[in-house]
Amino acid sequence: MKNRKSFSFVALISCALAVGLSASAFAQDAPEVGPMPPKPFKNTESHIGNLTGHSKDGKSDYRRYCAGCHGDLGDANGENAQWIDPKPRNFTLATFKCRSTPTGTLPLDQDLYNSIGRGFTNSNMPIWNTLSPQQRADLVAYIKTFSARWDKEKPGDPIKVPAEPPVTIQSISHGKYLFTKLECWKCHGPQGKGDGPSAATLTDSQDNPIRPYNFAAGADDSRFKCGSTNQDIYKIFMTGVDGTPMPSFADVIQPNDAWDLVHFLRTLQVKRHSPENAALKAAGGSIPPYVEKPDAPAADSKPSGTQ
Amino acid sequence: MNVLSSTPLWRKAFRAVRFFASFVFLASIFVSLNQPAHALPAFARKYGLRCSACHESWPMLNYFGQKFKDNGYQIMNDRDAPIWQNPGYWPVTFRILPIWHRVSTGKVAVDQGTGITRITSSGFDLSGLDFHTGGTLEKNISFYVLPSSDNTGAFHFETVMARLDNIKGTPWLNLKLGKFELDNLLSEKRVLTLTANGGIYQLYHFSPQGDGNTFGQIGSNQLGIELMGHSYNDRTRYSAALLSSNNGSVGFTYGANAYTGFFAASQAFNAGKMGVDRIGFYAMLGQAPTYYLTSGGSPISGSGVGNKSFHREGFVGQFYFGEHVDLQVVTQHGWDNAWFGQGYGNIIDAPGPNNLPGTVLPVGAQAPTWNGVLLEPHYVYSPQLIFIGRYETIRMSRQANGSASANPSPSNFGDLSTYTVGMRYNPFMHSRAGFAWHNEYNWLHSVGTGPGPGLNANINTSEVLSGFDFDF
Repeated sequence: MKNRKSFSFVALISCALAVGLSASAFAQDAPEVGPMPPKPFKNTESHIGNLTGHSKDGKSDYRRYCAGCHGDLGDANGENAQWIDPKPRNFTLATFKCRSTPTGTLPLDQDLYNSIGRGFTNSNMPIWNTLSPQQRADLVAYIKTFSARWDKEKPGDPIKVPAEPPVTIQSISHGKYLFTKLECWKCHGPQGKGDGPSAATLTDSQDNPIRPYNFAAGADDSRFKCGSTNQDIYKIFMTGVDGTPMPSFADVIQPNDAWDLVHFLRTLQVKRHSPENAALKAAGGSIPPYVEKPDAPAADSKPSGTQ
Repeated sequence: MNVLSSTPLWRKAFRAVRFFASFVFLASIFVSLNQPAHALPAFARKYGLRCSACHESWPMLNYFGQKFKDNGYQIMNDRDAPIWQNPGYWPVTFRILPIWHRVSTGKVAVDQGTGITRITSSGFDLSGLDFHTGGTLEKNISFYVLPSSDNTGAFHFETVMARLDNIKGTPWLNLKLGKFELDNLLSEKRVLTLTANGGIYQLYHFSPQGDGNTFGQIGSNQLGIELMGHSYNDRTRYSAALLSSNNGSVGFTYGANAYTGFFAASQAFNAGKMGVDRIGFYAMLGQAPTYYLTSGGSPISGSGVGNKSFHREGFVGQFYFGEHVDLQVVTQHGWDNAWFGQGYGNIIDAPGPNNLPGTVLPVGAQAPTWNGVLLEPHYVYSPQLIFIGRYETIRMSRQANGSASANPSPSNFGDLSTYTVGMRYNPFMHSRAGFAWHNEYNWLHSVGTGPGPGLNANINTSEVLSGFDFDF
C-alpha cells in the first residue's frame, strides 16, 4: 500500500510537471508562434516552374535547417554564424551571389531554389537536395519575407546565354589572353589557385575577408560556387557575384569572349576530365600564345607564358 | 475479479486519476544499457548545423541526416576533411541518461506464496554511458568508434568501423569494414523510445520460444563488411553486407565458419504536399552453428560447426503526411531451421542441446516461421517537441513443435504484442549539445511464456519512465 501511495504521489507530481512543461514547450515552439518573424509577416509566394511556394509553409523548415546560421530574422546572426567562414548570407539585404539576372538586381525565384538544392561547395552551406521541391519552393518564399526589396523591386531580366561554341585550343588560348588582360589573375592567381597578389586584401560587402575561388582545388569535382556546368560559369562572368569583389563583365566582354574564358578556366582544373583538358592535351599540353586577329579587339597586354 | 466494484467511489476516482496520470505523463526512464544512439553534437559542432538539420527529432535521422550518414558523415562540400577543422576540435560526444522508472512484470516464478507473482519495482537509475567519436580521417575516408558501457561501467565496443566513401568518385560505391549497425531504414540505434522493451524494436530481435538461434538479430550491430551506395540526392539506396554469424561478438566466440548476408534497398519519391516518402525491403539470410565440441561436457568457445540456415525479410516504409505527421512501417517474415526450433544453436551463452553427430530431430519438429509488423507514428509538433507511438505485433505462423509432435505447441505460443507511447521535449536546439526531457510508457504482452504448469500463461510487462537524455 505504501508503494502504491508513493507511486500515486510521484505520478501526480509527474503529471503536473508534464502538463506544465508541455505547455511551456508548446508556447515556445509552436511553428505558428515562435521566433519572431519579420513584422508584419507577409505571406509571400515563390514561383518555380509549376511549383508555388508559400512562406507560411517554409517557416518551420527554415527554423529546422537554416536559422542556425542565417538567423531567425534572416540577418546572418544565427548562433553558428560567428564560427563560419565564409559568413552566411544576410537575407535582409537581399543581395545574392548566384543569379541569372544582371548585377545589382534581385534574383529569380529559380536562382534561389537552385542555390538551396546545390549548396555552396566552398562554404558550410550544404546541398539540400534531400528536401522535396515543394519544401525548397516554400523556403524560397520564406526567405523573401526578410527584405522589403522584394516588395519594391522585381527580379531582373535573366541574361541570355548563347550556345556554347566548340572547345578548341584557339578558344582556350584566347581565354587565357583575356584572363591576363582583364586581370583576373590579380585575385585568382596565375594558375587560378586563388593566390593572386590581391587575394589577401579582399573583403565582401559586409567587410568580411573573402577568398577568391581556387579553380585548381578538388580532383574531378566540376562544381563551382554557382553551378557545375559551363553555362553556370558563363553566367558568373556576365552577372558578377554580388556582395563580393567579383564584378560583372557583361559590359566589358562579348559573349564569345566569355565562352573562351570559360574554356580556359576549365583547364585550370588540371585533374578534371573535360573537353577543355582533352583539347589541351591534344595540343601537347601547353597553351599557345594568343595571336590577335586584325579584327580582334585591341589588347593592351600580352599573355603570359604557358602554365 | 473486478477490484473496483468493491471499493469506495473516491478510491475509484483516485485510481482512475492515478491511471490517467500514468498514461498522460508517460513518465518513464530508461536504462537502456544497450541502446546507444548515434546523435553527435560533435558533427553539429563541426558543421555548425542545428541538431534539427539532421534529426527529425534527436536521435532519429531525417532525410538530410540519412544522406549525411550515407556520404560517410560528410556534407560533400570542401570542408569535410579534418584539415579544415580547428586543431582543437575533438569529435567526441558522450551520452547518458539519469532516469526514474517503474517496471512491473507479471507471472514471475518465485519460491514464496503460490509460486507465481507479479513483481513491481520503481526508483531512480542510470543508463549506460556512450562515447561517440566519428567523422572523417580524410576526405572520403570516414570512421566511427563507439565504446559503450552498461550502467555498471563495464565497457564494450558497440561500433568500430572505417569506411571508404565515394570510391571512384561515385556515391554508388562505399565500403565499410568493422562492427556496425545494419542498414535498417528505421534505425534501432536512433530509436526515440527508451524503456527496456520499448527501447528496442521487438521485430529486430525476435526468435520463437525455445529457439536456439540468437544470430539473426537485425537490430544488433554486426561484424562484417558492407558495400552500400546511393544516388546523388539519396533517393535511391542499396546495401549488401557480409557478416560473421556471431551477433557482433568478438573473438570467434561461437565459430569462425558461418556467415550471414544482409541486403537492403529503398526508393524515395516526392509525394507533393505530403513530402518525401520512402519504401524499401530488406533480407537477412545466413547460417549459424548448432554443434560445438565440448570439454568436460561444456561447449568450447569458437568450435561451432554444423551450420543450419535462417532468414528474415520484410518491407519498410516511411510515409510523411505533411509537416507534422509521419508513419514508419516495418514488416517481417522469419524462418529458422527446425534444428534451431528445437533449441540447438547458441549453447555458449546458455545451456541447450548440442547437435552431436548422429542426433536426429524429434518427431513433429518443423521449421518455425512467424510474421510481424511494426507501426510507429510520430507527431512532430516542432523539432523540439515530438510525440511517439508504436504498435508491434509478432504472430507465429508455424510452431517448432507441430501437431505430430509429442508435445505440440499452441498456434499462438510465443506471440508478442507491444504498445509504446512517449514524448520528447528539447528545451533548446543548437549545435553544441543535446538535451531532451523524455517520458514513455510501454506495455508488452507475451502469449504462453509464463511459468507454471501447462502452456498459455500469458505475461504482461509494463514500464513507465521519465528522465533527462543529454549529450555533449
